[in-house]
Amino acid sequence: MAFFEGTQMTAGYGDGPDIISSCSISANRGEIVAILGPNGAGKSTAMKAMLGLLNLKSGSVTLDGEDISKISPQDRVKQGISFVPQTRNVFAELTVRENLEIGGFLREEGLDQMIENIYDLFPILSEKKSQIVGQLSGGQRQQVALGRALMSEPSVLMLDEPTAGVSPIVMDELFEHIIKVKKTNVAIVMVEQNAKQALSISDRGYVLVTGQNKFEGSGEELLNDPEVRRSFLGG
Amino acid sequence: MDFINAIVVLTNFTIIPALAYGSQLALGAIFVTLIYAVLRFANFATGDMMSFGTMFAVLLTYYFQSIGLGLGFLPTALLTIPFAIIMMILYMLLIDKFVFSYYRIKKSPPVQFAMVSVGVMFVTQAIIRIIIGPSDRRFLDGEKFILKATEFKEMTGLNEGLTLKSTQAITIVVTLIIVSIMFWFLNKTKTGTSMRAYSDNEDLALLSGIDPKRVVLITWVIAGILATVGGILYGLDKSYRPFVYFNNMLPIFAAAIVGGIGNPFGAFLGGYVIAFAEILITYAYKRFIAYLVPESMEPDSLMQLLSTDYKFAVSFSILVIVLLIRPSGIFKGKTI
Repeated sequence: MAFFEGTQMTAGYGDGPDIISSCSISANRGEIVAILGPNGAGKSTAMKAMLGLLNLKSGSVTLDGEDISKISPQDRVKQGISFVPQTRNVFAELTVRENLEIGGFLREEGLDQMIENIYDLFPILSEKKSQIVGQLSGGQRQQVALGRALMSEPSVLMLDEPTAGVSPIVMDELFEHIIKVKKTNVAIVMVEQNAKQALSISDRGYVLVTGQNKFEGSGEELLNDPEVRRSFLGG
Repeated sequence: MDFINAIVVLTNFTIIPALAYGSQLALGAIFVTLIYAVLRFANFATGDMMSFGTMFAVLLTYYFQSIGLGLGFLPTALLTIPFAIIMMILYMLLIDKFVFSYYRIKKSPPVQFAMVSVGVMFVTQAIIRIIIGPSDRRFLDGEKFILKATEFKEMTGLNEGLTLKSTQAITIVVTLIIVSIMFWFLNKTKTGTSMRAYSDNEDLALLSGIDPKRVVLITWVIAGILATVGGILYGLDKSYRPFVYFNNMLPIFAAAIVGGIGNPFGAFLGGYVIAFAEILITYAYKRFIAYLVPESMEPDSLMQLLSTDYKFAVSFSILVIVLLIRPSGIFKGKTI
C-alpha cells in the first residue's frame, strides 16, 4: 500500500454529475507523481478530492495506512498534507516572511529554523523577505507558494499546475525546486499542463480521461508509449 | 502680534477641535474597515454599537459617582471604559452568534450582510431606548479645562484666548494609545498576522490551519474596544445623545472610504481628513482675516463657506468625490 493513496474515488461538485469516477492515484514519500490529461479530465478534481475539498461519493483516501476520507481539509493539513492551489496561492498583501510564518501557523516550535530552511531551498526568498508578495514576479510568487506549503513540514505536497502562466525558463527553475523538495522525502502529487516536462521529472504519471484512469506508469514509460504520445504529447 | 493672534484664533476654533473630532471619527472608521476586511460587510450598526458601549459608560459613571469612586481631576468615565468594553464585546458576540454567524455559514453575499446589519441597528437602537432613553446626558466630571482662554491671555498678553478642554486632550492621547496598540497587534503578533492573512485570502488561510472562529472572535473583541472607546470619547467631548451616533455614521463611513476601505491606517488618517474638511469648510473666518488685513479691508460677512448645519454635506460630498475619482481611496484599500 502506498503512503498516500486515493482508491476508486468517485466525486463531483454539489449535486452535479460525477467529475471523477473510480479514479485511483497513489504516491510514496520521495516520489513525484504527475496527473495528466486533456482539459476537463478531472485532474484538479481528483486532487481536490484527495485533499477533502469535495466529498467522495464512493472510494477512500488513506494516509500512511489510515483512512482520512471523512475528515475536513483543515484536519488533513494537520496530518501532514499540504496543498498549493493553482490561483491565489499566496497572501499577496503580506510580506514573504509573513507568508512563511502563516505557513507554519500550526508549528509549536522551530519556526525560525524552518524559515531558514526554506530560505536555503529558495535563496531568492531570503533576499526578498520584507517585500510584499504582490510585488514579486510570477516565478518568485510560485516559490513563495511552495515555501508556504512546506513550512508545515508536510509528508505530502499537492501542487495544482505549479507552472501555469510562467515563462519556460522559470518553469525549468520551478521543476528543479520541486525535485529539491522531493529529495527531502516528501510525496509530491502534481497536476500539470506541460505534460512532457512534467513527465521528465516525475517518477510516475497518471493520464486521466473523463475522470477515469486511462494510462499509468513510470514517467519514461508514458513518454515512450506511442498512444500517450499521440493523444497527449503531440506526437 | 496680529499674525500670532490670527494663528491662535485658527488653532483654537479649528485645529484643536478637528484633531479631537478626527480622533473620534478615526476610531469609528477603523471599526468599519476592520469589520469590512475580516467579516466582509459594511456594518450599518456601527453608530449604534458605539452608542451602546457609551451607554454603559454613562450608567457606570453615575453609579461610580454615587458610591464616591472617581479619578480626581480626570473624568470618572475613564474608569468605566474596561467594563463598558466588556459589555460591548459580550453584546457583539451575542449578535454574531445569533445573527451574523448564520449568514456567514450560508456564505451570504455582502449586500445581505449589510441589510442584516441594518436590522441589528434597529434592535440596538431599541435596546438603548429601553435602557437609558433618548435624552441628552452629560457625564463629564473632573477638571473641564487644561488651559482656559483667560489664563492663556494673561500668560501671553494676546487678544485671543486658546482653550484646551481636558476631553480634547484625553481624546487625542487615548486614541493614539489605542491605535498604536492595535497596529502593533495587527503587524507584529502571530494572531494579528493570521487576521491579515485571513482578510487577504480566506481559503489559503484555512489551508494553513488558521481557525476562522478565532479570527472572527478577535475581530469582534478589537471592534468592541474601538467602538466603545470612540463612543465614550465622543460622548465626553460633546454630550451623550444616543441617536447622534447614528448621524455620525456618515462621516465615519466617509473616513473609512477616503482611507481605502479595508485599510486601517487609511481609515485612521481618513478620520482626520474628514474632520478637518468639515470644520475648515464650516468655520467663519471673519475674525481670522480681520487680524491679517488692514482695518479698511475687514470683511463684513462671516466669511463662512457653508453654515455648520451643513457639515454632514461636506463629508457626503467628499464621499461622493472619492468614489467618483478614486474609488479605492487615497490609500489602496482591502488590506489590513
